[in-house]
Amino acid sequence: MDYLYLLATLLFVWGIKGLTSLRTCKQGNRVSEVGMLLAIVTTLAIYGPISWGVVVAGLVVGTGLGVWIAVTTKTTQMPEMVGALNGLGGAASALVAIDFILESDVAKKAGVSLWDGEVVNAISTPITILIGMVTLTGSFVAFFKLGGTKMNHPLKGMQRHGLHALLGVLIVAFSFWEVLSDSHFGVSASTVLLTVVSGVLGVLLIVPIGGADMPVVISLLNSYSGLAGAASGFVIGSPLLIVVGALVGTSGIILSLIMCKAMNRSLGSVLLGGMGGDTAVAKDAKEYKSTRSAGPEEVAMLLDGAQSVIFVPGYGLAVAQAQHVVRELADLLQKRGATVRYAIHPVAGRMPGHMNVLLAESDVPYDQLWEMDRINGDFKNTDVAIVVGANDVVNPAAREATGPIAGMPILDVDQARTVVVVKRSLAPGYAGIKNPLFEAENCMMVFLDAKEALEGIVKEVKALD
Amino acid sequence: MSVDFLIIFIFVIASLLGFELINKVPTMLHTPLMSGSNAISGITVVGALICARAGESWLAQGMAFVAIVCATINVVGGYMVTDRMLAAFKRKEK
Repeated sequence: MDYLYLLATLLFVWGIKGLTSLRTCKQGNRVSEVGMLLAIVTTLAIYGPISWGVVVAGLVVGTGLGVWIAVTTKTTQMPEMVGALNGLGGAASALVAIDFILESDVAKKAGVSLWDGEVVNAISTPITILIGMVTLTGSFVAFFKLGGTKMNHPLKGMQRHGLHALLGVLIVAFSFWEVLSDSHFGVSASTVLLTVVSGVLGVLLIVPIGGADMPVVISLLNSYSGLAGAASGFVIGSPLLIVVGALVGTSGIILSLIMCKAMNRSLGSVLLGGMGGDTAVAKDAKEYKSTRSAGPEEVAMLLDGAQSVIFVPGYGLAVAQAQHVVRELADLLQKRGATVRYAIHPVAGRMPGHMNVLLAESDVPYDQLWEMDRINGDFKNTDVAIVVGANDVVNPAAREATGPIAGMPILDVDQARTVVVVKRSLAPGYAGIKNPLFEAENCMMVFLDAKEALEGIVKEVKALD
Repeated sequence: MSVDFLIIFIFVIASLLGFELINKVPTMLHTPLMSGSNAISGITVVGALICARAGESWLAQGMAFVAIVCATINVVGGYMVTDRMLAAFKRKEK
């Protein structure tokens, strides 16, 4: 029977590998689903529970809620939903460790401590609780932040680091107490304290990080939940959990690094929460001298004569849920004889790759989605580039040698004959800096919500005929 | 070789495998990959099921129940959300 666990592990490895290529991604996910089913069935077969009622009820309730969440989540909310689901995984790992220690002989018999048993168990119990709780509370902070809730850390600078260090010291102290205590009271009290302080630390660590960096944070927390799973595997002595948890943990770290690279950020600066923090928004609209504002009618007139149009969708499009309207406008222009394409920046949307999912769901043809490197050379031969709710990814300041976004790869929209920027205001993007594009002579600003603006333009273009 | 040594050994090897497993991922697959591996991290459901044997007390069974519910939501929701994302890609290929 144990060999079925080995088979499940191989299926997970195959599944993760499959998810890294477009050709095999769907199949990869299926394979890993089969692996999970196999792991669960095998576990139930090997370890019959004390009460089947509890287990079956848990599985049924969890499945019901899981299906409900997956079916009701809007495509635009998927990134934060992944965060929330991840938090629940962390919670489960922490609970396993807590349940294990509170029910073990150690907690029940006086005079025996965790240290007297298996050393690996002793060390991994507090580690599981720590990582699991940080994953739980941190993921939910990320969930709310991606959903648009503003949260600020109560402390700044050195005081903040000081508080985190203090919590760290408390966590180490409670961990030692938990491991070395030989009384029921000691083990229980230290476990409860460790759980609470770890949860608080999770909140405080993630709160200062800005919304734009949340994708990386969720990816990293995902990796933590894998490690929490591996640590809980050490607690209960399950090689399956150890291996699969380690796999998810380390591959998650690599994915976080890949994401950071696409955003031109270093993992360290993300975690310290500098750029993109809610406090970083400093500059305002007054900084812009001359911008040209236009309404939907003017844009429609401009599009009337355009032979080639490139849409540049961004975060604002996702938030306004304008992905369907943008396709409607694209179809309309195409019918009028224009070439229409979409330029996808690697980090467009709320998460890398999120824009592809959104547009694919609105039935935008695959061949119209162009990646940054493929389309950048074409902007100079383009009549109109329409930027919808994007800012930093089209900021020419990135080409300069210094500045917060220096060197970040951008879409060269400023080279198009005319640039239309649909944006609610001149407020800065997450980088918190001015965008010289908005002052350019060939740039028109449409100060409307992405959906409103596009609906207006669609109406005006239709009226042209 | 002790059991302790063996499980630490496989942990290290599995970690190395994880580091090597992913090297080049097209950007459009970053979100699905993260979501898919998030579902796999719900493997802790196995821990929660084993933990349902930890004790007979109300508290133990209650905690096991909550752990199973959380992990199952993670697994089922995670896989279904990933499937939805990937289904969106499927449609546009043809």
